[in-house]
Amino acid sequence: MDLILDGIKKAFWLLITFDPDVMGITLLSLQISGTATLVSLLIGISTGTAIALSQFPGKRFIVSLVNTGMGLPPVVVGLFVTIFLWRSGPLGFLGILYTPTAMILAQTVIATPIVMGISLAAIQHLPPKLKLQILALGATRLQMVWILIKEAKLPLLAGVMAGFGGVISEVGASIMVGGNIKGYSRVLTTATVMETSRGNFDIAIALGIILLLLAYFINLILTQIQQRERSR
Amino acid sequence: MNQSITILEAKNLKVKRGGATLLNIPSLSIEKGEILALIGPNGAGKTTFLQTLSYLLKPFQGEIFFRGKKVETNISVLEYRRKLAMVFQEPLLFDTTVFNNVASGLKIRGMKRKEIADRVMEQLERFGISHLSRRSAKTLSGGEAQRASLARAFALQPEILLLDEPFASLDPPTHESLIEDLEHILYRTRTTTIFATHDRLEALSLSDRVAVMNHGMIQQMGPPEEVMNYPATEFVASFVGVETILPGKVIKRNGGSFIASVEGKEIEAVGEAHLGETVLLCIRPENVTLSTQPHREATSARNLFVGRILKIVPLGPYQKAHLDCGFPLVAYVTTHSLEELSLNEGKEVRASFKATAIHVVRKGAG
Repeated sequence: MDLILDGIKKAFWLLITFDPDVMGITLLSLQISGTATLVSLLIGISTGTAIALSQFPGKRFIVSLVNTGMGLPPVVVGLFVTIFLWRSGPLGFLGILYTPTAMILAQTVIATPIVMGISLAAIQHLPPKLKLQILALGATRLQMVWILIKEAKLPLLAGVMAGFGGVISEVGASIMVGGNIKGYSRVLTTATVMETSRGNFDIAIALGIILLLLAYFINLILTQIQQRERSR
Repeated sequence: MNQSITILEAKNLKVKRGGATLLNIPSLSIEKGEILALIGPNGAGKTTFLQTLSYLLKPFQGEIFFRGKKVETNISVLEYRRKLAMVFQEPLLFDTTVFNNVASGLKIRGMKRKEIADRVMEQLERFGISHLSRRSAKTLSGGEAQRASLARAFALQPEILLLDEPFASLDPPTHESLIEDLEHILYRTRTTTIFATHDRLEALSLSDRVAVMNHGMIQQMGPPEEVMNYPATEFVASFVGVETILPGKVIKRNGGSFIASVEGKEIEAVGEAHLGETVLLCIRPENVTLSTQPHREATSARNLFVGRILKIVPLGPYQKAHLDCGFPLVAYVTTHSLEELSLNEGKEVRASFKATAIHVVRKGAG
């Protein structure tokens, strides 16, 4: 019992005093996962919208692939990104394995299908005649797509949150392609794994609390969006 | 309205899907200021027709001309669409305020803020929803939402307005008040309008011309009284020809009723109308009673006319009798009384109907 209480006490001390190590790790986590989410938004929303609005043979198959991709296991992503970035791999010439860039790449691969799947569903859930109404109002194709995205903004926001939530809490890919190098590629999850294995429970608990707080805020925003949706 | 300018013309329009022809319109021309009603049952092709006219559905074959300019060749689809406005059965409002919704078409056209605000305010007022301007569109009732949708269309000051059963999903009182307002607005703006409906009375009160559609084709087209009184085909007859519709001029008013002159005969009807106004009197065949005894004064029916039977059409337990009373009149008679009164074609009968049984349609009442 003392172990836990002491751990929690020390953890709060680390948090209250803004321990530079803990803060550095948190900031790096936000940077890497934030960038990955941003990139996945650009790819996911545009591709998801394009798939939702077009008709082509094999669309169902593509949609099922995207949906499967939403549950991509991070270790599998880590494995393949590692292989691709390995010195003798297809992208080995980039020399970015064990760098934050590699982590952004891996996390983008994880978040993109999540954002894409949610965008696809969001656009498909709009009334089909809405597209006709927008065109009838004299919109160009580009204006039409933009208005549709604006109409789906709340579910799209949910996609943003789900994508960010997915990558900030993921450990497998980050440790495989980032290498958990102190002050360089060490993030909240990889640090928690390491400190726990070393028996440094205070730091691990502090990192865990930060992760929990982040998860809480993400869910708070998500819930609020959903409640707003329902009350309409 | 005086000079007739053809604003829209369609030639050889065909729409096909999966081998089936959904629409087949050899030719149609609409004059500026005209109001055309497309009527027909569900699946008759009304929506397909409207969506093809607005180029939301690309025709399989055929051409559309706007003011003589061929769409796609002499005028781009986008340019053409920006001359039109379309209102659907569902309000299809955007997730923003009522004001922004009504402004949306103008914003798409990149109009200046000040001008947008002026136009939006004008339409909000016109449709009686100024007080809802700041409200979220999602909180509106069905009628309010459809008003906002109409205001959004009118804000564009379209040269042609296309309405696809915009009132079909509203409850009767809301429906009625909206029709009345739209009638006033169309009367004032003189906007060329094509509207689809399956409500014959809606078509009667709003349109200059009626086109009855079935299986993607126009079965008959003409002034509403003509189409409804003289249906050209059996389908048209079964769809629209179920009642007598008589244009009459109001020559006398007393209290809640008036007397209208129809082909020189006087018919009393209950309802409001101005002196000298032309109204349409709709009489359902089941409300017409036939008798052969000339001297017995009719019960409480106030309109009594002598007429000759032109034709008797059997309809199962009923027979439909077409009469000539100086004006055309259709009556249902049970087969039993038909035999009892020994009615046959050419026979003279007395036809009566109550003043309260007449549905009065006022055209463009201002």
